[in-house]
Amino acid sequence: MTAADAPAGRQLVYTLAITEGVRQALQEEPLAFMAGEDVAGAGSVFGIYRGLLAEFGPDRVIDTPISESGIIGLAVGAGATGLKPIVDIMFMDFIGECMDEIVNQLAKMRYMFGGKATLPVTVLTMSGAGMNLAAQHSQSLEAWLCHTPGLKVVMPATAYDVKGAIITAAREPNPVFVVMCKGLMALPGDVPEEPYTLPIGKANVIREGDGLTIVAHGRMIHEATKAADILAGEGVSAEVIDPLWLQPLDTDTIINSVAKTHNALVVHEAVRFGGVGAEIAAQIAELAFDSLDAPVGRVAAPFSPVPFSPVLEQTYVPNAERIADEARRILGVG
Amino acid sequence: MASSQASEPSAEVLKDLHYRMVRIRHFEEEAGKLMEQGKSPGALHLYIGEEAVASGVMVHLTDNDQITSTHRGHGHLVAKGGDFKKMYAELFGRETGYNKGRGGSMHISNVDAGMLGANGIVAAGPPIAVGAAFSNKYLARIEGRDRMDVAVPFFGDGATNEGAFHEAANMAAIWKLPVVFICENNGYGEFTPQAEHQAISDVADRAAGYGMPGVICDGMDAVAVWEAAGEAIERARTGGGPTLVECKTYRFVDHVGLRGIGLHYRTDEELEEWRARDPIPQHEQRMIEMGVMTAEEIQAVHDAVMADITESIEFAENSPLPDPADLLNDVYTPTAAS
Ligand SMILES: Cc1ncc(C[n+]2csc(CCOP(=O)(O)OP(=O)(O)O)c2C)c(N)n1
Ligand SMILES: [Mg+2]
Repeated sequence: MTAADAPAGRQLVYTLAITEGVRQALQEEPLAFMAGEDVAGAGSVFGIYRGLLAEFGPDRVIDTPISESGIIGLAVGAGATGLKPIVDIMFMDFIGECMDEIVNQLAKMRYMFGGKATLPVTVLTMSGAGMNLAAQHSQSLEAWLCHTPGLKVVMPATAYDVKGAIITAAREPNPVFVVMCKGLMALPGDVPEEPYTLPIGKANVIREGDGLTIVAHGRMIHEATKAADILAGEGVSAEVIDPLWLQPLDTDTIINSVAKTHNALVVHEAVRFGGVGAEIAAQIAELAFDSLDAPVGRVAAPFSPVPFSPVLEQTYVPNAERIADEARRILGVG
Repeated sequence: MASSQASEPSAEVLKDLHYRMVRIRHFEEEAGKLMEQGKSPGALHLYIGEEAVASGVMVHLTDNDQITSTHRGHGHLVAKGGDFKKMYAELFGRETGYNKGRGGSMHISNVDAGMLGANGIVAAGPPIAVGAAFSNKYLARIEGRDRMDVAVPFFGDGATNEGAFHEAANMAAIWKLPVVFICENNGYGEFTPQAEHQAISDVADRAAGYGMPGVICDGMDAVAVWEAAGEAIERARTGGGPTLVECKTYRFVDHVGLRGIGLHYRTDEELEEWRARDPIPQHEQRMIEMGVMTAEEIQAVHDAVMADITESIEFAENSPLPDPADLLNDVYTPTAAS
């Protein structure tokens, strides 16, 4: 059964699904707290944490100074000593401020200590272009995180997945980055009222098909689905897979799909060179080489910072037309 | 805490301060309207209310002196002589803008005039200014000059909680670099009041920890800023090292745009109190009382600035958009052929 056939449940937009995920994570775990810049009094600049301060009070929903290193350091120290930190780095671009705490502390402490420390840390952050916010407020930097052993990375692109990802991350004894998509904030979807989790490392098959596998993550799953619609009109049946978890990655689902379709196209909004798509393409080449009818294709951002001017940004961000074009090229049709 | 030496600004300086403030105010009010009409894409952080700070500092600087700016950067560029045509064109993402439409509001720059960019990363400016000051000291040495160019980072109260600010201040102090740190303390970092983001009320107190003078001035009074900044800049130019100048100021509009996102985090009374200290009418009143300018002459300045703005917005709207084929230009500087 696909999402389209499911009986419509309660609808919630992406932003409110985030709020509900954090609210339920705080409700079920008294050792959980949330901290970040303007998360409490303002309920976040994106409005995603509105009401949490009123419900949980200032001991558990905490405005920090503008100090990203301090925020991740807080999570490492508090996490290693028994609390369950949920911290927010407003725009993903700002992880540059705290990469040491992320890469050298949060990710590695357990291993370096011979398994004697546990880091049950959730980091929530907003990624993505498309809102004319220019080079320092539009990036998709998930590859930086996926390259770091010790971190788990999930990139939910539906209201259902974002709530589930947050609760899953909050219950997980390892550091999890929940990379959210600012371009999807108003997107509605079915969201059950009760708390629920997502299986870690399990991909979503968004749409079944047998002529081509499109693997897309983040906001691009919606463009890939549109591309699959366009292709369906041309007699091409595309399967669309959202890995959802980029670390750990659901290699099996992807490989099984390629074994069926014999063609693969990998799509993301991040820069193409060294992106997560490069890893996925490499795995397909390693594990499904004999199934492939054509080399794996990729659609991703070009090798430049995100430009400000809307005409340039529109060229920069991949879309359904470009995905469909690349699919036709791979298949040698159209 | 060092107290600034009282010195009287000339009529010319008073007029210059006024002109810069009026240019900022009208530029920003129009930019805010354009954003809310959907004509200026992205997010604009407006400088309305804080004009005395940029103006009071910039009067002392030449194009050889550098500044680094913030997300709230239009006022700094205007005060450093920014051309309205190139500024509006940048806000509109046009090829004729200062950054050829690649940067927009949050990265607007004019390297030729020493304006090393607005910045989308809070507290990114101070370390860059330290680098510029290092360069200034280095070049003065190898060129045998005893007066140095000065680098001036502008940053907010909130920015002083970033590690980057601390590292920059410490390096400037140990190497006695020609830097003047200008803290625009408007009492808030986004929606968080200063009392909740730091345990001190005077950012200038931090100067002692770096071994540099800390000065506080009224950031709603262009002459007070001019005085405090002037002394610090002269000290920096002549090898006396850095100073932290804290300007107490206030932003009259929301964190982003004119109306913002409608959060009620400042009381109406507080807003009214600060609005009553609007730096521009205050300065105009003083000039009239001193006989420096008449009300008619002042009005003529406003009219001329508005005319420039109208013409510049038209220029920007009619300017060409960047060509998508040029998307990858300027990622790298071309390597010289060997
Ligand atoms: C590294 C970083 N963290 C957070 C932000 C989000 N942000 C933009 S402006 C701002 C507040 C800055 O406050 P302050 O330095 O006092 O400057 P003001 O806006 O008051 O002029 C914040 C938190 C950012 N742009 N960069
Ligand atoms: Mg401030």
